[in-house]
Amino acid sequence: MEDIQLLETIEKYLSGELSDQERMEFDVIRQKSADIDQMVVEHKLFLDQMETYAKRKNVAHTSQQVFSTLLANGEWAPIETVMEPSKVIQLWSKYKKVIAIAASFGGFFAIFTSIIVMYLSPSLNGSQLLQLSKAVEVIKKNQQAQGHLLNEVKTKVPENAKLISGGSGFLIDTKGYIITNAHVLKGDGAIVINSKGQELNASIIYSDVTNDLALLKIEDKDYKQPKSIPYAIRRKISDLGEEIFTLGFPRNDNDIVYGKGYLSAQTGYEGDSSSYQIQISANPGYSGAPIFNSNGELIGVISTRQKLAEGVAFAVKSTEILDVVNALKSNEKTKDINIKLPKFTSSASRNRKSQLDNLKNFMYSVRSFN
Amino acid sequence: MKAELNEQALLKGLAQNDSKAVETLYKSHFTMIQHFVENNNGSFDDARDVFQEAMIALYEKVQLDSFVLTCQIKTYLFSICKHLWLKRLQQMGKYSSPLSAHEESISIEMDMGQIEKKDAAFAIMDRALNSLGEPCKSLLEGYYLNKKGMQELASQFGYTNADNAKNQKYKCLMRLKKLFFAQYNIGD
Repeated sequence: MEDIQLLETIEKYLSGELSDQERMEFDVIRQKSADIDQMVVEHKLFLDQMETYAKRKNVAHTSQQVFSTLLANGEWAPIETVMEPSKVIQLWSKYKKVIAIAASFGGFFAIFTSIIVMYLSPSLNGSQLLQLSKAVEVIKKNQQAQGHLLNEVKTKVPENAKLISGGSGFLIDTKGYIITNAHVLKGDGAIVINSKGQELNASIIYSDVTNDLALLKIEDKDYKQPKSIPYAIRRKISDLGEEIFTLGFPRNDNDIVYGKGYLSAQTGYEGDSSSYQIQISANPGYSGAPIFNSNGELIGVISTRQKLAEGVAFAVKSTEILDVVNALKSNEKTKDINIKLPKFTSSASRNRKSQLDNLKNFMYSVRSFN
Repeated sequence: MKAELNEQALLKGLAQNDSKAVETLYKSHFTMIQHFVENNNGSFDDARDVFQEAMIALYEKVQLDSFVLTCQIKTYLFSICKHLWLKRLQQMGKYSSPLSAHEESISIEMDMGQIEKKDAAFAIMDRALNSLGEPCKSLLEGYYLNKKGMQELASQFGYTNADNAKNQKYKCLMRLKKLFFAQYNIGD
């Protein structure tokens, strides 16, 4: 207990928070005790180092932020994109006329031969053809029925809006807060679709390009608030080789897809300490999907896919989600948002199948539009 | 004279972490570095990393007590980037011929020595903080880096009162200092 008080006094002494009287008394103590004097000197050095560290970290952060913003605004382009067109394209533009003429000849010839064949061939296949056309009729009817359904459930994407990006996301607060990747939200507006296919309006609350995390809030009267979320956000770093799984919406049809793998490195691309490298078959739509460990704790968010190696992906660490929540508190506009992160994992004891059945209710497909 | 004043203002801005100044530096000089790196076996991402590192080096240079910039920012940034890129190429075993460059550069070996010392101190603190684990890391960052009050930290980390948070902070701080001083040599 004494040590704590001593250190507190030293900190106040160094930051000039002590009154003149107290300071003089402390100076006397310092002169009398070499030990305490040494502590003061050492602590000052340490605090100075902390200060230097903090300042430099802030400068590095600003620099990264500025770079990303300028890059996103099209200030520079990687040189690959301005290279001269590749050989195939050059050949194509040179010979496209010839190819077009050749293709149309081919087309005429194909039609001509099929007419001849039809004319000459016996009508043996009549019934089969009939069956086929029946099948086509069935499909047609189905399509009409689906068309009706589609008309009934009107999409919540505003008219004239263009869908430009999409990915996955998951709930972190029962009030309807969803975490996804910042790069999933290329547009100004967003909707989310739950695993039952129901569309819900959402607004973009926060986006951090550096960490590639973004926060959405469902703002829709049709949203039914769940009682609790069955996974805790892990506050510690996970172990190498830990078995992991994910749930996301990598396909266009809003079907949820389950994937399994393991944590292959505790740092991400080029040693990035804010992410993990994971071995999982990740498709583009998996961006923003959660990574769970075998206990069902949430340990990360899938972010980018390295194009070179198959099955290698990266995930932003769950600790960065905590940073997002903290960042909200320090911003004037968002400081009133009180996010309660789930603290308990209730799906741990279940078998994987029923675990997934439960988890999928908290997963969302995210679409962004302009 | 005016240009010189502007350069001074930019450096001051960088020292104060002003994003406008950082933006100006990127806008005026990044393309030059991009060309240099891409013309010498590097990619766009390499150019980004090297420039980012050079910005930090420039920042550290401005922080030095003996700070005087004897040339234009442009020349200084280019010289640092050239130095850094050369080093990286050598590490990758790629370096063979002299680098091709159209910009003039100055010798910065002395500065780099000082800046590398700062880099080392930063790395020690970074490693120490990162090996603390949670909640220690966030708690100390909250208090010492983000200058939050004990009351605020207590509620953020779910401690019942500020005294509990203070206790926890003390324990974490002792661990951090131990980790830090194990690698940091006083008077070096």
